[in-house]
Amino acid sequence: MSSALVSATGLAAIRGERVLFKDISITVDAGQAWLLRGANGAGKTTLLRILAGLTQAETGSIERNTSVHWCAHRLGLKPNETPRLHLANWTRAWGSSAELVDVLGRMGLRRPADVPARYLSAGQRQRTALARLLLEHRPLWLMDEPFSALDVKGRAMLLDLVARHRAQGGAVIAAIHGEADFAATGEVDL
Amino acid sequence: MKPAPLAAAFTQSLGEAWSGGAGAVLPVGFFAGAAMLVPFGVGHDNDVLARIGPGVLWVALALSSLVTMERLFQSDLEDGALDLWLQIDAPMAAIAAVKALAFWLAAGLPLTLITPLLGLMLQMPADTLLPAALGYGVGGIAFFMWGGVGAALTASVRRGGLLIALIALPLYVPTAIFGAMALQSDAGLLAPEGLYLVATSLFASAVAPFAMAAALRLAAD
Repeated sequence: MSSALVSATGLAAIRGERVLFKDISITVDAGQAWLLRGANGAGKTTLLRILAGLTQAETGSIERNTSVHWCAHRLGLKPNETPRLHLANWTRAWGSSAELVDVLGRMGLRRPADVPARYLSAGQRQRTALARLLLEHRPLWLMDEPFSALDVKGRAMLLDLVARHRAQGGAVIAAIHGEADFAATGEVDL
Repeated sequence: MKPAPLAAAFTQSLGEAWSGGAGAVLPVGFFAGAAMLVPFGVGHDNDVLARIGPGVLWVALALSSLVTMERLFQSDLEDGALDLWLQIDAPMAAIAAVKALAFWLAAGLPLTLITPLLGLMLQMPADTLLPAALGYGVGGIAFFMWGGVGAALTASVRRGGLLIALIALPLYVPTAIFGAMALQSDAGLLAPEGLYLVATSLFASAVAPFAMAAALRLAAD
């Protein structure tokens, strides 16, 4: 048994008739941050879904030794949910003991905390989804374009979150298009 | 199995059912409208109405239970909540069942509660209205469970509403048969036909959740 949080070898994915990628291997240890790189449609999201266990890989094997936080492009936020309601709901579902007021404050969501998601800006919605990361400690974060809708302050905040998470022995795998702001351990090219 | 994830899934779905499709108003309006057309269609012969009334209500109930089904899982798939539910530390079948139950509470229960009123309009004898409502309530659970299977199978299909009807309506047949027979017998739900009606709902509640879970995993893949 390896000490890696997640380790995958020889992954391949097929979408329709097309081979998205093949022979992808990745091993993520505590404290690391890996970036997934590739053009649009290269299969970054699919690889993340495979690593999360949501999609079956065509070939290859995955060994996951830890729980995962899933931060996808689809945020998981209901139009009628306020940030407070959304986080309270997942606090309950996960049985976590996080203080909602603290979490909302740390994510800069105190003011829009009671506004339904359909009236929130894209950045505020993204912050709400990212706030789930604080509800419960899970060593591995899988993130799909986590910076896309965030403003300067939001980016800094997320970078800070990731840095703290890595310092506590967590790891991150993120699909990011722009420049990588955090010190990445390595990149996976698709 | 921990109850907390199920409670969270229930409240989330209940909130969605009320906000998304105006809750019970749409199915109840559809139900009342469909039942109201019958006296106009078949004429005002009280005996005829009383004879076909219970069956007409079964048909109308079956159709109106499908009205909100399209949103049961489709919204979860679209907004990404399904991915989160699939990763949760609870059986997906239980989560799916609880979600269908939340939709039943939002739409199925109001439909059941309005059946005595519609029965009165269809000249059903007054003393049969409440036992009949109980029968419609029990049968409604089977309708919502099988409807949930259709909703899960069509979650990734745009405008899958009619497809849900095609999948679910054949599965409604046993419930409709035993439901209509139970309402004809004097003993109601306690007659053998009534017990078979209860059995179809229990069977649906036991089997449909696993079908929903399997279909949802496929939809997310």
